[in-house]
Amino acid sequence: MSNRVTNILVPLVSVILGLLVGAIIMLVSGYNPLIGYTALWNGIFGDLYTIGETLRQITPYLLAGLAVAFAFRSGLFNIGVEGQLIVGWFAAAYVGVAVELPKIIHLPLAILAAAVAGALWGFVPGLLKAKFRVHEVIVTIMMNYIALHVTNALIKTVSDGGDRTERIFTSASLRSEFFQNLTEFSRLHYGILLALIMVGVMWLILEKTTLGYELKAVGFNQNASEYAGMNVNKNIILAMVISGAFAGLAGSMEALGTFEYVSSKGGFTGIGFDGIAVALLGMNTPLGVIFGATLFGSLKYGALNMPNEAGIPLEIVEIVIAVIIFFVASGYIIRLLLLRAANKKKEAK
Amino acid sequence: MEYVVEMLNIRKEFGNFVANDNITLQLQKGEIHALLGENGAGKSTLMNVLFGLYQPEGGEIRVRGKKVDITNPNVANDLGIGMVHQHFMLVENFSVTENIILGSEPTKMGVTNKKDAADKVQALSEQYGLNVDPYAIIEDISVGMQQRVEILKTLYRGAEILIFDEPTASLTPQEIIELVQIMKRLIAEGKSIILITHKLKEIMDVSDRVTVIRKGQGIGTVVTADTNPNELASLMVGRQVEFKTEKGPAFPKDEVLDIRDLVVLDYRGVAKVKNLNLNVRKGEIVGIAGIDGNGQSELIEAITGLRKVKSGTIFINEKDVTGLKPRKVTEAGVGHIPQDRHKHGLVLDFPIGHNIALQTYYKSPISKNGIIDYNKINEKAKQIIADFDVRTQGPHELARSLSGGNQQKAIIGREVDRDPDLLIAALPTRGLDVGAIEFIHSRLIEQRDNGKAVLLISFELDEVMNVSDRIAVIHDGEIVDIVTPETTTEQELGLLMAGHKIDDNKKGELKEGEDQHVE
Repeated sequence: MSNRVTNILVPLVSVILGLLVGAIIMLVSGYNPLIGYTALWNGIFGDLYTIGETLRQITPYLLAGLAVAFAFRSGLFNIGVEGQLIVGWFAAAYVGVAVELPKIIHLPLAILAAAVAGALWGFVPGLLKAKFRVHEVIVTIMMNYIALHVTNALIKTVSDGGDRTERIFTSASLRSEFFQNLTEFSRLHYGILLALIMVGVMWLILEKTTLGYELKAVGFNQNASEYAGMNVNKNIILAMVISGAFAGLAGSMEALGTFEYVSSKGGFTGIGFDGIAVALLGMNTPLGVIFGATLFGSLKYGALNMPNEAGIPLEIVEIVIAVIIFFVASGYIIRLLLLRAANKKKEAK
Repeated sequence: MEYVVEMLNIRKEFGNFVANDNITLQLQKGEIHALLGENGAGKSTLMNVLFGLYQPEGGEIRVRGKKVDITNPNVANDLGIGMVHQHFMLVENFSVTENIILGSEPTKMGVTNKKDAADKVQALSEQYGLNVDPYAIIEDISVGMQQRVEILKTLYRGAEILIFDEPTASLTPQEIIELVQIMKRLIAEGKSIILITHKLKEIMDVSDRVTVIRKGQGIGTVVTADTNPNELASLMVGRQVEFKTEKGPAFPKDEVLDIRDLVVLDYRGVAKVKNLNLNVRKGEIVGIAGIDGNGQSELIEAITGLRKVKSGTIFINEKDVTGLKPRKVTEAGVGHIPQDRHKHGLVLDFPIGHNIALQTYYKSPISKNGIIDYNKINEKAKQIIADFDVRTQGPHELARSLSGGNQQKAIIGREVDRDPDLLIAALPTRGLDVGAIEFIHSRLIEQRDNGKAVLLISFELDEVMNVSDRIAVIHDGEIVDIVTPETTTEQELGLLMAGHKIDDNKKGELKEGEDQHVE
């Protein structure tokens, strides 16, 4: 079997298997899988509005996935995308409500604030890793909690004891009348374009710049990189800063596009953690992240329709979605099974 | 004579690359059959076919006269074929017995029965004179004994045919002697052995017959007693091989490297290089002879900027480079073939082309304004691959999948191509076959003849004697003596390396400050 055929066949078979097992789960729980999946389908592609909302959901996943993937390519596990996203969200919203400026300045400024906040949140674990060899996983996990509670406290201060900020000025908003008209007034915003541009940016950095060459070399072999005269510590910090900036931008999508405010949170958004799965599903490549984010965003958003339309409890829905993603992630097993089947065929000849 | 294993006209392809082309190997019962070939000739591929890790595209395999289809290593096991891998496959913190039974644990009422297994291991160990304690923990035992555990593993599984993959690569001379005895014992007990190697001496010592392969082609099988190392070498390489590389007299000129009173500490803060003085001039090769661990690694790392210098100074072309970063040292005119090519020399997961650019990627013409041009990298790589005879499918092949010799040629190409004033070559031929060694030695001499300074670090006396113009003997972080290959002997070098100073009046030119050492 040629490589290209397996590359297309593997994800396809994985999704089908995932759907099948998901169907079995619905069946044994006493729900009709056909109705369930119809509801899922309608939840994703049902009408222009849902399509718009699905795309909106994909947007932060794209950026979170890029953040994780970028760090992975540099040999780092940034599990702190969640925290970087939260500070980015707050920073963008704060700039959005604190000042009123012409849109051409205000919007870029708010986006930039998010990127800088995320970058700063990535800088700390990068610095600790570079200078003291503290493992970035520990630091980034802890930074997530700090981000969550510090932003909650800041929101309280900014909103005079309330638990959400004012709505941002329209001059800082990513909302798009054009997209809204196109999609029956979904919350789809210009952020999706920014996210797609960032996919290109990551590709450019990794594949076209000298920095990308260094980052990848350091990611694979720090000793050889040092031998080659690279500044390993600088590269580690830089990788975390860039990764954090992507994560911060993911936060700005929520702040300036979807919600237009920031509210205090009882727990994590989950987008940052899902970003890990998005990156891994996409094999840490920029194009792969588009695939991973699309899968994640569609299923997550579409699933919301299953309780409403098919009456399936949210708990079952979440299991079904998890099973589908699990099967896609297990592409390796599917690949193995396909290869074995192909070999059998060859022998039979 | 009956054959226990016959591999007839085996062909194995990887994409467009033919790794094995029409190779025939017939193993007689009770013989040690050597499989000889250069690095990358296809020895391991052929053995992986026999062991069921690869499926051949052509040819057939017969075991005890019967045609068999070895689809995976379990089938090979059932046929009594066992493999002693070059890189041991052992769980470090498990005991010998636990490692041996791993994968086929005997159980008694659902509980692993280690006692019986240990007894069986003990019995096998005694039968074959392996002298292995079944209860020892792997990480506590020597490399030689770990290898014997690998041998026991195959015997425990009932192997009649043992494949040894480069078994002496990581053994000390004493351990090699023991291994040879063990192999002879195995034969005496009725086993048959295939020995993969590129060391001619070993083949002459232990094997009964030799099958030679060259660039994936089967060249033929000869009886060891009817051949000699020279003939084997030319069969393997395909031309006459010189064991001693030809070289004319040296014409040393200005000093390139000048080391004064250098002290370098290891990671524990213990001095490994102690007040070392050394100089290397243009147009000469200085060999550093010494036993592993006498400060050679620390010395090179200090020169190249990879390790901090405690005190003393290092000059390159009269410029003080002490304490400079590796890149600054490189740019001062130093090329460095590192001791450990996998750790420092290569990014194994990068294509070989990227690796060839490892020292030049940031400079014009490859990089301009932070933008890297991979076309330029690949052009340059293609040129070096051709100039240095690196056998690879092209610049896009991952460095990991090249054979050791070809990886080393790529590194040497990278370093020599930059035309450095000082070339530091640390163990440049470790693990390589005679063809590659000859090639590398002649490249080092060529550098010298072009008026460059070469500093060679080696643990092999042959190499130091053949290539160097001056030999600096290092012992316990100091240069104990500097001798010339024409006036010294291996015995003398051996004594010096062990720290025995020879009578001052008799030998060599002494350097000041070394009297302290004699105390």
